[in-house]
Amino acid sequence: MKIILDRRNFLKRGLAGGALAAVVGSEKKAQAANTFHGYPDSMGVLVDLSKCVGCRTCEAACNKEQGLPEPDKPFDDFSVFDEIKHGQKRRTSEKAYTVVNKYDVEGQEGPVFRKFQCNHCNEPACLTSCFVNAYTKTPEGAVIYDPKVCVGCRTCMIACPFYVPAYSYSSVLNPVVKKCIMCYDTRLKDGKPPACVEACPNQVMTFGKRSELLKLGKERIRNNPNKYVDHIYGEKEVGGTAWMYLSSVPFEEVGFNTDIGDKPIINYVKEFLTIVPMVLTIWPALFTGFHLLAKRKNELKETETTDRDA
Amino acid sequence: MIRKTISGGLAIAAITLFALNSHAMDYPESVDIDSLTNHYEAVTFDHSMHVEATENDCAVCHHHTTGTPPTDERCIRCHKDSSEADAVACADCHSAQRFSAEYLKKIETTPLLFHRDKPGLKGAYHQKCLGCHQEMDAPTGCQDCHTRNEKGDKFFHSGAFAPAPKENHGAHH
Repeated sequence: MKIILDRRNFLKRGLAGGALAAVVGSEKKAQAANTFHGYPDSMGVLVDLSKCVGCRTCEAACNKEQGLPEPDKPFDDFSVFDEIKHGQKRRTSEKAYTVVNKYDVEGQEGPVFRKFQCNHCNEPACLTSCFVNAYTKTPEGAVIYDPKVCVGCRTCMIACPFYVPAYSYSSVLNPVVKKCIMCYDTRLKDGKPPACVEACPNQVMTFGKRSELLKLGKERIRNNPNKYVDHIYGEKEVGGTAWMYLSSVPFEEVGFNTDIGDKPIINYVKEFLTIVPMVLTIWPALFTGFHLLAKRKNELKETETTDRDA
Repeated sequence: MIRKTISGGLAIAAITLFALNSHAMDYPESVDIDSLTNHYEAVTFDHSMHVEATENDCAVCHHHTTGTPPTDERCIRCHKDSSEADAVACADCHSAQRFSAEYLKKIETTPLLFHRDKPGLKGAYHQKCLGCHQEMDAPTGCQDCHTRNEKGDKFFHSGAFAPAPKENHGAHH
């Protein structure tokens, strides 16, 4: 997914892109064919919200595995479920790459808990929005980032449809983006499940190949027709995500955005972006030409005037 | 009284004591479960009490393996007349390494494998125990069953390892 561009290639591509845009215009079919559906063998996690009991063990495991700072409250303190900041329940932060929130859903006997973290999109908006190419989608399925490359512009925070990337606001000298990397460095690249998955006592999360998890999720829905909503959140949302969810209550009632559509976020700007290289390459030449012409005309006029005066 | 030790696939559930009850069934009076000893003390599961609580219906926890007919409609389809299995301990069927590369490979390379979605050992214990405890209004807190050790306190940043309470809680300085 990560494409290394040197200046020459960048310009070449820009010219080609410009020419292509001129030839095919905004043909929809061509764009659909370019949609990336994820690496074939990428891993994922299927989260079954109906099984979560809100014990926060996953949060503690994440904190330890990622070497995160001490939490504000112990991980066995359940008063965090009542915390509301700026009208919102808890969100991921530089100190917590995953959080569990509690929802009271009408008609439901007990509370419903929802764990969330980076969903590791097949075609991540953070990655495509990052102008320094700090992000990488690995063949294993994780969306990782290089904090050494990150310039702290926070574009990815705006681009992310799930509002996941957090920012190290506490760092005065080098604030960078912070988010879940699916334990890529320490576990996933060696074929091990993320720390939260392994720590969960109730096996709320199932780790496996994304393609296998989809079958498994559908089987669970089929086997329990009255239990689950007939939808796997993340199968298609924003082009598909590595982390997917099953729920026994409507997704929108437990904090999921069900209006984000099935298209990868990049698709909304592809048409515009194909024009950018054309603007970057043709406009400078064109306007330099205009400038030179105008300058030459002025010079000629000046020479004429000087000649006449002489 | 018969004294016997069963070591499951990974010797997770060490069964300590067997007793013969009035229904002529062999079962341990109690089971020491020590698979979470990283953060908790081992749990001594009072098996006899749970046999009573389920009114001798072993299938409530053991599915079809003990010879009593399964209760779940989906299990009955195949296991209606299944006889007692050789292995009946949770750890005999539920892998403690559910997400290991080997286990995942096995699922992937065995397309006709039926129990593909079988939870791992920890998941099986908790889903069964906690599910029933919730229904029966039995204790459901982590430490109602597990006594946390010092390492566990550290892991949860709790007890002696709890963060110092903030003075200006949530307020601007």
